[in-house]
Amino acid sequence: MLAQLGAYGVGTVRQAEPSADGHAVTGDALHLTPVVAEALAAAARTTGADAALLTSSFPNKEAAARLAHLTGAGLVIDASGLHDDGTHLVADKRVFAGSWDVRSAVTTELAVLTVRANAVVPEPAPEAVAVEVVGLGVEVSAAATAARVVSRTAHETSGSGRPALGEAAIVVTGGRGTNGDFAPVVELADALGAAVGATRDAVYEGWHDQFVGQTGVTVAPRLYIGAGVSGAPHHRGGMQAAQVVVAVNNDPECPLFEISDFAVVGDLAEVLPQAAQAIREHRSTPR
Amino acid sequence: MRIVVAVKYVPDIHADRGFEGGRVVRRPDEGTLNELDENAVEAALRLVESLPDDERAASEVVVVTVAGPDADAAVKKAFQLGVDRGVRVSDDAVAGSDYFGTARVLAAAVRRLAEESPVDLVVTGMAALDGLGSVVPTLLSAELGLPQLTLAGRLELTGEPGSRGARVTRELDGVDEVLEAPLPAVVSVTDHANDPRFPNFTLIMAARSKPVEAWSLADVGVDPADVGDAGARTRVLDAAPRPPRPEAEIVVDKGEGGRALADYLIRNDLV
Repeated sequence: MLAQLGAYGVGTVRQAEPSADGHAVTGDALHLTPVVAEALAAAARTTGADAALLTSSFPNKEAAARLAHLTGAGLVIDASGLHDDGTHLVADKRVFAGSWDVRSAVTTELAVLTVRANAVVPEPAPEAVAVEVVGLGVEVSAAATAARVVSRTAHETSGSGRPALGEAAIVVTGGRGTNGDFAPVVELADALGAAVGATRDAVYEGWHDQFVGQTGVTVAPRLYIGAGVSGAPHHRGGMQAAQVVVAVNNDPECPLFEISDFAVVGDLAEVLPQAAQAIREHRSTPR
Repeated sequence: MRIVVAVKYVPDIHADRGFEGGRVVRRPDEGTLNELDENAVEAALRLVESLPDDERAASEVVVVTVAGPDADAAVKKAFQLGVDRGVRVSDDAVAGSDYFGTARVLAAAVRRLAEESPVDLVVTGMAALDGLGSVVPTLLSAELGLPQLTLAGRLELTGEPGSRGARVTRELDGVDEVLEAPLPAVVSVTDHANDPRFPNFTLIMAARSKPVEAWSLADVGVDPADVGDAGARTRVLDAAPRPPRPEAEIVVDKGEGGRALADYLIRNDLV
């Protein structure tokens, strides 16, 4: 990871070494949100940071909020872009299920922002830099470890080398219209190097493990393809920030078509494999 | 067991919303109880219902909201589900509050309730469907100095009367966790935690005449300068509705739909 950080121009990594009441905080307790937030606050104070940036995930949003609470910083959740206007950090954000763009200035000395995956394209530094790792001792409050982690198990969400759903540049999603057969969805995703998602209904049916939606994973990819997805408000709230939306559905009245750039009325079991085949052929053709 | 449920009055998900003078404008006639808060109310009611008779008889579920009088509709909805008591903190100074202002006022209301008699648990939904910030629960825990057990897919009580704790199970970004904390604590529950009940006729009738207590900022001891526009740490510079997407290019599959899809992606440099 250090080499990768260096390639993108990160010069210093502060490695938090939290302790509580004189004892080192170790293991699963390092993941407690208040512990993470207090370590971030210590890092922000030590470095005199102007901005603290985290990627948008549920745990990170909470850590960011507590960091801002501890430091009196202004907070923007799910920023899609940011710039410095000379006086303040200014963040852009898409709200109300992607229907409005809002630009706000953070008026405090430290700005805390969570940034949506795919909101910005990572660019390597012109030249890789050497990364220095500096220890950062942090004495956390007693309240930070008031909750106890009884167990913590990370499981592989997709073992096939597919990108993570929340971060993927291309997402192919299957809904009720798949009738439980996700093979065509997976085939198209593999042809495109995309992540596979589902609607909430499809996950409740046990057809897939992760759903895109307001209370599930929020995605904002370059390309979203919904197959057999009706486009209920809950689902739209989780994908409407996608740059290009493509829908495949046998129902010409499907609401997802209303927010699509391109749509095919047809049987996804026929359309998706044909598209996957054409994409594979295109990719194997020398250009 | 005394449980406070923090709820939000939100515009109907289908209704129009916009910005005016840097603030969110809502159409008040179309508001409702935030759907995800129904899971919080349900979780609180089920915890109480799971208690032994004597403990249950001494229990109370109170909803608290920070909003104008329109929000009584949300509190009344909670009454219809079986909540015992409802408090709305309203003040002109609250308008324009950011996450921190909202959490501060909610925390102050919880503290005032705790002065009457101890509060064991504060329960919230996982997010408000209008804002989706999902940070008020963690801020509420920070303001109150109580442990946080957030985004629970499952919530249970542990221990005995007098020394109870809470245990939550959650799944986030491919990590399964079980967390425990002694009470009092702040818990947020997801929409997986339960299926909210439907109001029954008796409760609907009773809710009509049940009063919603209205408190001011002074009643909960919050300085107006700390909340609302005055206390906000961000300022909206510009807000504009996004132009509607141009109408979709629709192809009816007659055997070449998949190829048309691939061509569209290739043509737009998306492959």
